[in-house]
Amino acid sequence: MQQTMSQPATNAPRTGAPGADRAFQWLTLLMALSVFALIALIGYELMRGARLSLHHFGWRFLVNSDWDPVNDIYGALPAIFGTLASSVIALLLAVPLGIGTAIYLTELAPLWLRQPLIMFIELLAAVPSVILGFWGMSVLVPWLRTLLFPWLQKLFGFLPLFQGPAGSGFSLLAAGIILAIMIVPIITSVSREILRSVPGLQREAAYALGGTRWEVTRIAVLSYAKKGLFGAVILGLGRALGETMAVMMVIGNSPQIVLKLFAPASTMASVIANEFNETPPAGLYPSALFELGLVLLGVTVVVNIFAQLLLKTFAGPSVKPQP
Amino acid sequence: MPAISPLTPIRASDHTAGTHGTALTARNLSVFFGQHQVLKRVSLDIAARAVTAIIGPSGCGKSTFLRALNRMHELTPEARMEGDIRLFGEDIYARHVEPVVVRRRVGMVFQKSNPFPTMSIAENVTVGLRLNGLRDKTTLTERTEQSLRMAALWDEVKDRLHAPAISLSGGQQQRLCIARALAVQPEVLLMDEPASALDPLATSHIEELILELKRNFSIVIVTHNMQQAARISDFTAFFYLGELVEFGPTNKVFMNPEKRQTEDYVTGRFG
Amino acid sequence: MTVSNHHWRRFKNGFMQTLTCACAMLVVTPLVLVFYHLLHEGFTSLNWAFFTQLPKAVGETGGGMANAIAGTFILLGQAALVGVPVGVLGGVFLSEYGSSRLNWAIRFAADTLNGVPSITWGIVVYALVVVPMHGPSALAGGIVLGMMMIPLVMRTTEEVLQLVPTGYREAALALGIAKWKMIVRIVVRTALKGIVTGALLALARVAGETAPLLFTAFGNLGWAHSLKEPIAAMPLLIFNYAISPYDDWHRQAWAGAFVLLMLVLAINVGVRFLTRDRYRRNS
Repeated sequence: MQQTMSQPATNAPRTGAPGADRAFQWLTLLMALSVFALIALIGYELMRGARLSLHHFGWRFLVNSDWDPVNDIYGALPAIFGTLASSVIALLLAVPLGIGTAIYLTELAPLWLRQPLIMFIELLAAVPSVILGFWGMSVLVPWLRTLLFPWLQKLFGFLPLFQGPAGSGFSLLAAGIILAIMIVPIITSVSREILRSVPGLQREAAYALGGTRWEVTRIAVLSYAKKGLFGAVILGLGRALGETMAVMMVIGNSPQIVLKLFAPASTMASVIANEFNETPPAGLYPSALFELGLVLLGVTVVVNIFAQLLLKTFAGPSVKPQP
Repeated sequence: MPAISPLTPIRASDHTAGTHGTALTARNLSVFFGQHQVLKRVSLDIAARAVTAIIGPSGCGKSTFLRALNRMHELTPEARMEGDIRLFGEDIYARHVEPVVVRRRVGMVFQKSNPFPTMSIAENVTVGLRLNGLRDKTTLTERTEQSLRMAALWDEVKDRLHAPAISLSGGQQQRLCIARALAVQPEVLLMDEPASALDPLATSHIEELILELKRNFSIVIVTHNMQQAARISDFTAFFYLGELVEFGPTNKVFMNPEKRQTEDYVTGRFG
Repeated sequence: MTVSNHHWRRFKNGFMQTLTCACAMLVVTPLVLVFYHLLHEGFTSLNWAFFTQLPKAVGETGGGMANAIAGTFILLGQAALVGVPVGVLGGVFLSEYGSSRLNWAIRFAADTLNGVPSITWGIVVYALVVVPMHGPSALAGGIVLGMMMIPLVMRTTEEVLQLVPTGYREAALALGIAKWKMIVRIVVRTALKGIVTGALLALARVAGETAPLLFTAFGNLGWAHSLKEPIAAMPLLIFNYAISPYDDWHRQAWAGAFVLLMLVLAINVGVRFLTRDRYRRNS
């Protein structure tokens, strides 16, 4: 009956090897730490690639509005402008639509409609960027050129923003619309999570006061969820800033700073995607593209961290950025 | 018998029922969770091949005591333990002793039955053996039948050993968990309210089973159910606010308790 | 409360209900339109040759993207080899080990990594793999997609492991099973469906990535004979055909887009069926 600790032989053929346990824990730790390694790697490689350009242009890179490969002069301002402008347009379109949809889905829609709609929107998020870009250039852009632009010009032509030739349709506005389509699912689904996390008590209290559905939503739900919804919007912004293929295929790729919706422009991501394969293997040109990548990384990471902090302080770890 | 500190206040083995010696001895056992002291210098002897019941109101530290007996409390982050626990004289907290080995000798059954959902009935019984490296098919088959018989489940499942474990009823699942614990041939079996989630019929099955098992195993059972403790245990320990208030033969604790608190609790005046 | 006030409130309620409903419909419209055009242009351009032949030179009609279809699967296979083990083991750490502070930092880093633009991944792996290897390759393409999968798989793995009830872990440990065996044979086994789902969704996500492949896998009009050669991939070929001026290539691009979208959506819809009874708990 009695055994000793060192020889539990009748019980089990082998003692548990503490070494194996230790090894497994270290292995998983190493794999988990790989995310830090990847972040460091991305930062390091971009810095290394951008060294020449950083050295040559310094801070002027950010404010110089010339992007001129022929004379080897590179300034990031047109791309930064295009990135911000297209993202702002996208947000203006996607935020009301996304939050409106989220409200509809959690508060107002009939129950039978909710699941199919949610599935549809999740599928929209899964459409690859290149497919949306192709659809944009072959369906959306011609439609903009022939229908929407002339119509907008007729209505708002007195505003500078809407002036200038409607041109080819490849434009800032086209990029903004495509981006809006791409970020609306993430804004919707994160907002929906936020709204669903509003405690039921809040709602019941407002209903008990005799509120209509919309009043309950506005008073109990929206005021409670404001900060989280802001986080969802910022998350969408982070996604829009870094989006590449679809934007590149409809924006017209012209490195200019023209605050007109119908004019072509370029973004940081689209410039890299468009020109990287055409650069010589070494020199200022590829280095400037690396620096553009560095700026893009900096902007998106800062925006993403901001969004994460907003979402985490709002709802704890249960609401997380979606893939 | 190992040498036991002369300061020992209560010794089960002093009493007549503990005829097989002492399985576990706890001396000055304190357990802390962070700053909070859950157990306060508890000293207690668990008789071999007998049933020891641990009773007390919620939060009195009885589950913590049970989990300290096979080092399961170490899974709780920030848990810290002081004192000394010996299993047949051996210090289970000695530096060279692995918790894994302790747990093979001191098995445990939980409040909620938890057969592994991805495994069949037979696989559940032998999982402890297989994952500790036993490969021999004949031995595994023998142990399956032996353990299921000991857990009084064999007749009900012998024709469907390869059915998923979660196809069993709640009471059967709990007996399967007991069989799973028995298969690794422990010396002590700890049971944390094993019948509290079961209906009366299933509960009586488990109780009969416990009375049967004590012929070969030393059993410690935590229970909320006073009648259950009275029915099945040889010794009873009453815990209150992390302290061992009273310990002795079950008859004495229930009929003629020494402390006022014990009397109030077993007669249902508080709890 | 006056009657007119009451009417005004009811009107406002109805108005908002309609407005938000319109939002939802407007959000769904692009997907419907994309589907419609892909079916209309893409499905009709599909034929047997599309799946079996190589791309034809400009001017010749016909041909297909057999090499790009195969290339996409080869790239995904490599990506899975990189991303799944690292992601799953990292997710195991987050769920089963570590301190709350360290794990918070790891989660934060993983979520940050998820937000890194795909084009950035592309130039990083270009500098890391393509430059030392003196040219783009299938290997570089697989590596970049695999790296992108790591944070995705890690987070979903952690999430599904957390859904495994603690009781199973305790039961296993109480049998004297070593912790690592408990994790691998009990916890991971119990959550396996969820882990596979997460890995498949991550694969579906990178299957459509184009930007990271532009400078790494690069594309290839024929077959790649080794992983050291540039390789074709469906998103790359769709892109190249899309920006070309030839109608015949546009037709191929539509067909390719249709097939790629079906692949991605099939995985997305498929896992829904897989996960219908995902978290079996004993009751």
